[in-house]
Amino acid sequence: MNAGVRFTGVGKRFGEHWVFRDLSLSLPPGGTTAIVGESGCGKTTFLQLVNGVLRPSEGRVEVFGADVPREGIESFRRRIGYAVQGAGLFPHMTVRENVTLLARLERWSREAVDARLEELLDEMGLDAGLSGHYPVQLSGGQQQRVGLCRALMLRPDMLLLDEPFSAVDPITRESLYDQFLHAREHEGVDTLLVTHDMAEAVRLSAHLVILGPGGVHQSGATEDVLAHPTDDYVARLLATRARPS
Amino acid sequence: MKRLAPAVCVCVALAAAGEPLVVASKDFNESYILGEIMAQLLESDGFEVERRFGLGGTLICYEALRTGEIDLYAEYTGTLATAILRRPDRSGVDALNEALAQEGLTLLPGFGFNNTYALAVPRTLALARGLETISGLVDHADLRIAVSHEFLEREDGWPGLSSAYGFDRFVDGIEHGLAYQALEEGTIDLTDAYSTDGELVRYDLVVLRDDRGFFPRYLAAPLVRADLPERAKERLRTVAATLDDAAMQALNASVLFDDASFAEAAAGYLEGIGIAGDRSGSELWPQLWRNTLRHLELTVMALVPATVVGIGLGLLVFRVAWLARSVVYATGLLQTIPSIALLAFMIPLFGIGVTPAIVALFLYSLLPIVRNTVTALSTIDPVLQRVSLAMGLTRAQRLRHVFVPLATPSMLAGIRTAAVISIGTATLAAFIGAGGLGDPIVTGLALNDHGLILQGALPAALLAIFTEFALEGLERLLSPRHLRAAGV
Repeated sequence: MNAGVRFTGVGKRFGEHWVFRDLSLSLPPGGTTAIVGESGCGKTTFLQLVNGVLRPSEGRVEVFGADVPREGIESFRRRIGYAVQGAGLFPHMTVRENVTLLARLERWSREAVDARLEELLDEMGLDAGLSGHYPVQLSGGQQQRVGLCRALMLRPDMLLLDEPFSAVDPITRESLYDQFLHAREHEGVDTLLVTHDMAEAVRLSAHLVILGPGGVHQSGATEDVLAHPTDDYVARLLATRARPS
Repeated sequence: MKRLAPAVCVCVALAAAGEPLVVASKDFNESYILGEIMAQLLESDGFEVERRFGLGGTLICYEALRTGEIDLYAEYTGTLATAILRRPDRSGVDALNEALAQEGLTLLPGFGFNNTYALAVPRTLALARGLETISGLVDHADLRIAVSHEFLEREDGWPGLSSAYGFDRFVDGIEHGLAYQALEEGTIDLTDAYSTDGELVRYDLVVLRDDRGFFPRYLAAPLVRADLPERAKERLRTVAATLDDAAMQALNASVLFDDASFAEAAAGYLEGIGIAGDRSGSELWPQLWRNTLRHLELTVMALVPATVVGIGLGLLVFRVAWLARSVVYATGLLQTIPSIALLAFMIPLFGIGVTPAIVALFLYSLLPIVRNTVTALSTIDPVLQRVSLAMGLTRAQRLRHVFVPLATPSMLAGIRTAAVISIGTATLAAFIGAGGLGDPIVTGLALNDHGLILQGALPAALLAIFTEFALEGLERLLSPRHLRAAGV
């Protein structure tokens, strides 16, 4: 499956403030790519340009080999799963309702919905008995898993993860990583992960994009970046990996 | 909302029943009695009559008559000439009728009394001094005179009177309510009054004859629509010139001081001139029930559309911050208009009665509903807003599945506030003839009768409390399940 995300001379500004300018990069298909950078360097903006929640102020964003569409943006977005820090579950819906909302709107049969739900809960190591629970009745780690299930429900062609592991405690995070790697393997979905956590990026992804002041500092296979940081900024970010966790 | 449908049907059915003659009165004692006399007179001749008593003032009555909301009420020639036709010089019945004909109205022959300004002195004093006329005052410069502040200022009060009678003396001002007591205690000897005040009987006062004809004449007469059935007009003419000032004073006094009901006073008078009256009046419970139903009708008919419009408006504008602010301000502005003024503004547009009251209550109900809707929708967690967009929900699906369910508790709270405000404000609707629990309050105010005021105020308060609880229950029933699951 070709995620095919290509940015060509992309800039984004809010009012007078440019988040970044002249960003060009092409993400390789397959596997997981991590976009790593300090807070405020535009990681979340980057993701929202991919799914068309934001539009570039200049330049061109191509996904799945074509410009992000203006017509039919909803069906385009449904090809892209989206999970965020803190999970963002709808508090008035049960686990089942949260995960299966899109499938039900797409008029899947009840059997197909239930089968997929069961499969996902199992993949993410969630007890099927939780499906009637409300988010408020779940732990932070459980909520994060449900958020990932929801993002994967429609078997998307691409998964966008906006720091989905950063709001949970370190021990839970470890098991979440395992679960995620397992699920990603099983689902075979190309994944774009943004994080400020270099250790997490290295742990989960085959490809790294180092985003910093002035745009992309380095992009390449994870081992290559680790072995040959191109500048001080990248080296400093790599060093943060050593922190105890 | 489905549950309210039967209530709405009942109310609409009640409002649409029959085509009786509508007899109205203003919101003071004498007007109620005259209204009751005319109503019983017509009823005794087989007409079906609807009483729309206690309307808030001359303009409301007149406007209602002109637009056909009511069919007749008792008016005074002086009032018609000055306040309505604005021709104080043309207060004769024929001149008035000429002007009224253009509006499709007719002033029938008067009841016989003249309720005008008068100067009153204790009977004992009048006898002792041989005082009968106003001009006679010239010879009694030692009398202590105190008149109401308004009378002291008005051109047709003391200043005009002084020049007409050639008085050259100083008089004090006094609060009208205190003047009678001051007369009784002997601290003053003379004050101004209305010539048919019940107090004249109660305090044993006599009115000095206006021998130079200074005071304008306020002859009371039935003012009716010209298209009233001829037989009804004929019937009303039978009481022409049967009530003099003293008789009217006595009727007023019997209601004010002897606890007679308007119906009893009217029936007593009619029997006196050989016409069968009806003393029963309205019985407490059926009357209370009717008032309560009408009150509910007003509230529900205002609240249901206000809910639909308020929530709809909120959904339409909440995304655009400046628009949402403007709408909330605009509805807030409506709320700052005093309720009685808002009701009065409605009259030129919708006449009197139920419709303008419902429109006014509707406008009042909008603010809490719009504001709560807009606030709830625009303060939904930005993360949920972003997620719902990013996952590919359409605009309608976001509203339906995310925004509206999350805003529901707040919207319901807005409806609850609006309902309670409406129930309270609806009591004022009686001033424009919409009936409801305000009716006994308005009558009670005219009579200074606390029991009567409570007959409206208590049920209205209970209704508000009951509504509060009922809607709170409904709110709990409709509140998102996760809040209950969490035991919040």
